[in-house]
Amino acid sequence: MNVSGNSPARKLVYWGSHYLMIGAFVVFALFPLYWLLKVSVTPNDILYTEGVRMWPSRTTWENYFFVLTQSNFPHYFLNSVIVAGTTAIVTTMVAAVTGYSFSRFAFRGKVIIVALMLITQMFPLVMLIAPIFKILAPLGLTDSLTGLIIVYTAFNVPFATFLMQSFFDGIPKDLEEAAMIDGNTRFQAFRRIILPLTLPGVAATLGFVFTAAWSELLFALMLVSSESASTFPVGLLSFVSKFSVDFGQMMAAGVLALIPACAFFLLIQRYLVQGLTAGAVKG
Amino acid sequence: MASIEISNAVKSYGAVDVLHGIDLDIQDGEFIVLVGPSGCGKSTLLRMIAGLEDITSGAISIGGTVVNELQPKDRDIAMVFQSYALYPHMSVAENMSYALTLRKTAREKITDAITNVAEILGLTALLERRPKALSGGQRQRVAMGRAIVRKPQAFLFDEPLSNLDARLREQMRTEIRKLHRRLGATSVYVTHDQIEAMTMADRIVAMHDGIIQQVGSPVEIYDRPANIFVASFIGSPAMNFLKGAYEVAQNGTAGIRLTDGSFVPVLPARGATANQAVTLGARPEHIAIAADENGENGGIPARVELIEPMGLSTLVHVSLAGNPVKIFTLDRPDFAVDSFIHIAFDMEKIHVFDTETELRLPPENEPHGPQTA
Repeated sequence: MNVSGNSPARKLVYWGSHYLMIGAFVVFALFPLYWLLKVSVTPNDILYTEGVRMWPSRTTWENYFFVLTQSNFPHYFLNSVIVAGTTAIVTTMVAAVTGYSFSRFAFRGKVIIVALMLITQMFPLVMLIAPIFKILAPLGLTDSLTGLIIVYTAFNVPFATFLMQSFFDGIPKDLEEAAMIDGNTRFQAFRRIILPLTLPGVAATLGFVFTAAWSELLFALMLVSSESASTFPVGLLSFVSKFSVDFGQMMAAGVLALIPACAFFLLIQRYLVQGLTAGAVKG
Repeated sequence: MASIEISNAVKSYGAVDVLHGIDLDIQDGEFIVLVGPSGCGKSTLLRMIAGLEDITSGAISIGGTVVNELQPKDRDIAMVFQSYALYPHMSVAENMSYALTLRKTAREKITDAITNVAEILGLTALLERRPKALSGGQRQRVAMGRAIVRKPQAFLFDEPLSNLDARLREQMRTEIRKLHRRLGATSVYVTHDQIEAMTMADRIVAMHDGIIQQVGSPVEIYDRPANIFVASFIGSPAMNFLKGAYEVAQNGTAGIRLTDGSFVPVLPARGATANQAVTLGARPEHIAIAADENGENGGIPARVELIEPMGLSTLVHVSLAGNPVKIFTLDRPDFAVDSFIHIAFDMEKIHVFDTETELRLPPENEPHGPQTA
C-alpha cells in the first residue's frame, strides 16, 4: 500500500495502527511465555494467595534450584537433547539429498513416491501408535532413545523433504551445470556450490525438526516407560501428581527447556534471514 | 583449441524427437552461431556438446575424440550461460579461478591468469566483489572471464546477451567478436537474435524444428537463403513474400503472375516449370518506389498504408494485391498514407521459392553452391 504523498497525520495513523496491530499480536503470542516465567519465580506459598497479579510481591529461585538438583529433570533434558539433536541432523541430511533429487531429476516412480510421502502426513498420529508399538517391541526399540529417534525421523522426513525441495527449486539449475563444466562431478557441485547456497533452507529445516522433536509428547509417552529413557515433555508430567500439580517447579522446568530451543534459533537465525542467492543470476 | 564434429546427432525425449540427425563440422578457431526461433533445438544441441544433455544417437567429437560418454568436466569446454550462473557465495576472483583451483593449478599461475583476464575485460577493480554487487554488464563480463581463464578447447555461449539492454548488448557483441579474434578460440554461440547471428558469425547455422535448414556465411545466408524459413528468419525488416504462378515467355524471359494479375519479371529459375505455384521473396531494400506515377519502370500500383521514419531510412508499408509489403528506402517519401505509388522489384535480387516445398529455386545463372536444406 502506498501512503507516500499523504498528509503526515494520515501517515501517523497508518503506521500507528500498523504497529499497534503487530504489537497486539506480539503481546498475545508472548504472554504465555511471560506467565511461565512469572509463575516459575513465584514462591509456592503465595502462588494461590495473592490472586491474579502481573508480578509476585516476592520472587525466588527455589523452584529452579529444586528442578536442577532434586529432580530427574537434568536427565530428561539430556535425553531430549540427544533425541531432538540426532533427529534434526539425520532428518535434515536425508531431506537434503531427497529434496535435491526431487528438485533436479526426473525418474520413474517419482510421482508415486511423492504421493506416498504426502499420504503419510494425512493420518492422525494417535491411529498409528499401536502398530508402531507392535513393530518396535520385538526389535527391542521401545523404551529406548534410538526407537524414538527412528520414529521421529520417519515422521519428519516427508515434510522436511518438501521444505528442502522448495529451497533447491529456488536455486537455478545453471549454477551446478556451470560447476560441472568447471570440473565438478554432480555430487561435488551439490556439495560445493548448491549446499552452501541452501544453508538458510538447511537451517530452517534443522530448526523445524528440532522443535518438533523437542516438544513431542505422544510417542515419548507411549513408547517409553522407564525414567531413564524419558524425554523432558514426559518429565514435565511428573510434576503432576495424583493430588496436586507443582506449578512452580513445572514452570521452572519449562523455562529451562526453552533455553536450548532459543539457543538453537539464535545460532541459525543468521542463515534464516540471509538471502544468499541474490546475484546468482540476473536480478 | 579444437574442431568439433557432430555426426547424425539425435535427441529424443521419450517418443518426441527434438533433434533429427544433426551433421555439422566446426573448424578449429571458427565462430559458429546457431540461430533459430525458440524450440528449434539450438540450445539442446549446445547442451549436448557441453555434456549437459545425453545424446540419444549419433556422435559428437571435440578435437578428434568422441565425447558422447564423457562427463562435462572431462570435455575441456567452457560455457557462458544466459543467466551468467555466477557462484553467489564467491567473489569475482574466486568465480574466475574456481575451475583452475579444481584442476590444482599452481597458485601463482592462477593469480597471473586472473590478473591478465581481468585486465582484458576491465574487471581489475571488481575482483573482490560478490556477484550481487555487480551490474548486469559486469556479471556478463565475469561469466566471460570465468570461461576465458581456463583456456578451454572450445567456448559455448547460450544466449549470453539476452538479459542485457539494447545498448549494452551491442557493445558486448563487439567485445565478444574482438575477443574471439584475439584468442582465436573455437566458439559455438546460440541466439534467437538474427542480428547477433549476422554480425558475429563466421558461419551461421539456421535451425528450425530440430533440423539444420542452412549453413553458410552471414552474407551467403542473407543473399541466398535455402528456403522460405531461412529467408523469413534472417533479415530485419523481414523479407516480403507474395504468392503467384511461374510464367515463361517464348523469348525465354520469365516472371511471376501474382494473384491480382500483376506480373513481376524474374530471372529464369532453375527447375521451375510454367504455371508452377511459386512464392516471390523480396527483401524490403530490393523494392524500389518508381520515380513516376505512370509506372514506366514496370512498376505495380500499391496503396500506402503506413510510413515509418527510422532516421537514416524510412520503412513504407504498402498493400499489394491485398498482401502487406514493406519497402526500405533512403529517400524521404513525398507521398501520404492512402495514396497510390508504383513499386518495382529488383529482378537480380529477388527470389523464387517453390510454394509447395518452400525451397528456393535459384536463378539458372547462379553457380551451384553448397546448400543445406
